[in-house]
Amino acid sequence: MSTPQAHLETLPRSVQVFLLLGLVALLAFPFAQQDFYTQTVTRMMILAIFAMSLDLLQGITGLVSLGHAAYFGLAGYVVAYVSPQDAGANWLIALPLAMLVSALAALVIGFFVVRTHGIYFIMVTMAFSQMMYYLFFDNKALGGSDGVYINVRPAGWGLDLENKWMLYYFTLVCMVITYAFLRRLLWSPFGRTLNGIRLNEHRTSALGYASFSYKLTAFTLAGALAGLAGFLWAAQTGYVNPELMGFHMSAHAIMMVILGGMGNVAGALIGAFGFEIFLDVFKDLPKIGNFDLGKHWQLWMGSLIVLVVIVAPQGLMGLLRSKKADDE
Amino acid sequence: MDLANFLIQLLNSVQYGLLLFLLAAGLTLIFGIMGVVNLAHGSFYMLGAYLAYALTGSMGNLFVAIPVGAVLSLVIGWLLEKILFKHFYHRDHLDQVLLTFGLIYIFEELRSMLWGDDVHNVAIPASLDWSIKLTDTLSYPAYRLFLLGVCLLLAVGLWLLISRTKIGMKIRAGAFNSDMAQALGVNIVRLHALVFALGVALASLAGMLIAPLSSIYPNMGSQVLIMCFVVVVIGGIGSVRGALTAALLVGLVDIFGKVLVPQFASMLVYVLMALVLLYKPEGLFKQ
Amino acid sequence: MSDTLLQAKGLSKRYGGLLAVNDVSLSLHKDQLHAVIGPNGAGKTTLTHLLSGDVAPTQGELWLRGQNVSGWPHHRLSLHGLGRSYQKTNVFLALSVWDNLMLAAQSRHARAPYNPLSWMGHAANDKAVREGAERALQLTGLAQVQQIIAANLSHGVQRQLEIAMVLATEPQVLLLDEPLAGMGTAEAEAMVVLLHKLKKDHAMLLVEHDMDAVFALAEVLTVMVNGTVIASGTPQEIRADAKVQAAYLGEETA
Repeated sequence: MSTPQAHLETLPRSVQVFLLLGLVALLAFPFAQQDFYTQTVTRMMILAIFAMSLDLLQGITGLVSLGHAAYFGLAGYVVAYVSPQDAGANWLIALPLAMLVSALAALVIGFFVVRTHGIYFIMVTMAFSQMMYYLFFDNKALGGSDGVYINVRPAGWGLDLENKWMLYYFTLVCMVITYAFLRRLLWSPFGRTLNGIRLNEHRTSALGYASFSYKLTAFTLAGALAGLAGFLWAAQTGYVNPELMGFHMSAHAIMMVILGGMGNVAGALIGAFGFEIFLDVFKDLPKIGNFDLGKHWQLWMGSLIVLVVIVAPQGLMGLLRSKKADDE
Repeated sequence: MDLANFLIQLLNSVQYGLLLFLLAAGLTLIFGIMGVVNLAHGSFYMLGAYLAYALTGSMGNLFVAIPVGAVLSLVIGWLLEKILFKHFYHRDHLDQVLLTFGLIYIFEELRSMLWGDDVHNVAIPASLDWSIKLTDTLSYPAYRLFLLGVCLLLAVGLWLLISRTKIGMKIRAGAFNSDMAQALGVNIVRLHALVFALGVALASLAGMLIAPLSSIYPNMGSQVLIMCFVVVVIGGIGSVRGALTAALLVGLVDIFGKVLVPQFASMLVYVLMALVLLYKPEGLFKQ
Repeated sequence: MSDTLLQAKGLSKRYGGLLAVNDVSLSLHKDQLHAVIGPNGAGKTTLTHLLSGDVAPTQGELWLRGQNVSGWPHHRLSLHGLGRSYQKTNVFLALSVWDNLMLAAQSRHARAPYNPLSWMGHAANDKAVREGAERALQLTGLAQVQQIIAANLSHGVQRQLEIAMVLATEPQVLLLDEPLAGMGTAEAEAMVVLLHKLKKDHAMLLVEHDMDAVFALAEVLTVMVNGTVIASGTPQEIRADAKVQAAYLGEETA
């Protein structure tokens, strides 16, 4: 991560195959087993969208944001506010609205934040997301620390997100669309310029690109996509609270992207699934004698992060690449 | 708001500001000199609070616990730098964010294993457990004045150290240009260890001093960490003067904000930060 | 007298107590190469920064193609026809030569970033951009190495890429900051041939230590010492100038 390498943007054949198999598995999954796991996998897919949205910002553009959850949580709140007490909101209105609000918030905050660089950028993104957190936490009118419940999930046009299977496939479609969109964006003129900004912002702007505009656009787009994930999260859990916008949620996103590998969108997707799996494994660890391994999952999670940064800085995708390089 | 009330809020602002300064000074120096983003800085604050609890428990006296705790923190900070943090200096910021975030988890677990997850309290020492009468209805706690005094002393001490001593000059040189300082003969390795240990000790002191006034609970570092970052951003990385100015500004905005516009109080500080960023994206006193 | 494409009027740059560039005026004309020379620390690179928009002047004005562009950021100047190469190689090391040039050429055709059309096309297929990159490639003779990652190029070839990237942005004014830095004899000669070829269509500024190249290429010379211009004129005039000789006494010329 310390050197500005090309982030494995062209996916190795093995990864492409893996993703395809994964898609097939996801399509068939709900038929194969009980509802509980369907919910777990739905959650993983939602987090994958969240992680991919961050990858646009961090992996592709090189902007490390510690406040990305702000746009995730905000969208969830929008859903909560537009959901009537006894009926589901029309998803055709709620979804675009949630994404729009997130995008607008990202645009406004981005305007202030994108003018900073390096450590400052990291800190101010964290600060602004905490600001949002406190805004909601301190105001009973917005729900306060208790959060807001969504009594009936969004529905409309034949789609009813109360139905776990519909939610699952709807999320899957969103995830695939997000993936395809971002992969396309990666190779577009816009994406190439973002890549240039990540590698050498000074030279990129010397070549005639208004880098502030590019970064702000990326920031806003990433916010909008985080909003998509936030909508789905609210639709799934039926509950939003300020924690969804907080520092820990933002860090969660960063860790998913790091675990999988930055800059090629596929890594973020894989990392999200991988992270959640690790988390579940750690939390379910047994007791050894008096020591409850599962209770201290934070220790294992923290150590895993440190390990990944030191040993596998390009994440799981990076491990694949070095294996590929060895084979050549 | 009458005069007595105003005075109380003013005192609270300065006290809070100085406390933030203790935390922010360490953070800004560590950023400025070693270029390390340390998300676990809040954990040192937590360390101080728990040390105050543990040491007061075993020594019976907060006034003894504090200096002992400070020395312990210096040593812990020095060790942490030698064993762990010095390896982060040349990593890029993302690596540092992740590594130190991982450390937060690890520190939280260590804390859990050492001192459990319950909320603790440290009693205000009997000698300071009274209030100074300001008016018929208002009085100001003596411990807060003590806190104010100690923080002021520490701030002045730090100021003198940085601006008047040889070590301070080396620190300033290191903050301005690390390579240059090294080329001029400064033992940069020892300087880094010193600055880091100092940063940890200051954060820990802040935690120890505040312990009798707030409860001691898991994850108490996170909230103060954000404020710390805001102070450093407003003040400018590497500038102790900036940290002091910004900390006092933040203290004033926060305390008076809570009194005047409670629903938006916590947002005010961020609005302040946004305004500063518009005109000075690198802080008020950027080196 | 050919068109004056770039004009600097009384440019100064002060850093605290240090006056790095002191009241410098010069103009660049089409089909002409204007060299700026001087001992180390003379302020040549700072002057180049002022001309390219990398640094804002404390005082003075900059005019590009008849327009007052004082204070413009460097990306705006680039779009307006000014290109600059850097003393310290500033290419995209992780990208291939071709991708470097594509990114450079793309800048001439780029839509606004918030235009969704720019999010969806496949950048590598854009015909106009490919042509631009191809032209720069041919001009600098880099066709053989176009697929090689820039980090793996030899220093001399990297310097060529540095120039090629600027050329891909189709500038009318070329500011070249020590293009020959660190080059061996053969490479330097090839670079001089290239620079000579470029004179015809551009107004060029050359900052260099290599005196052979300077005298082979320049129509006008400006000599700077300690931020101030001490002499300016044709190569013959400069060679004969007593102040210049004094400034260079003891200076090792490349």
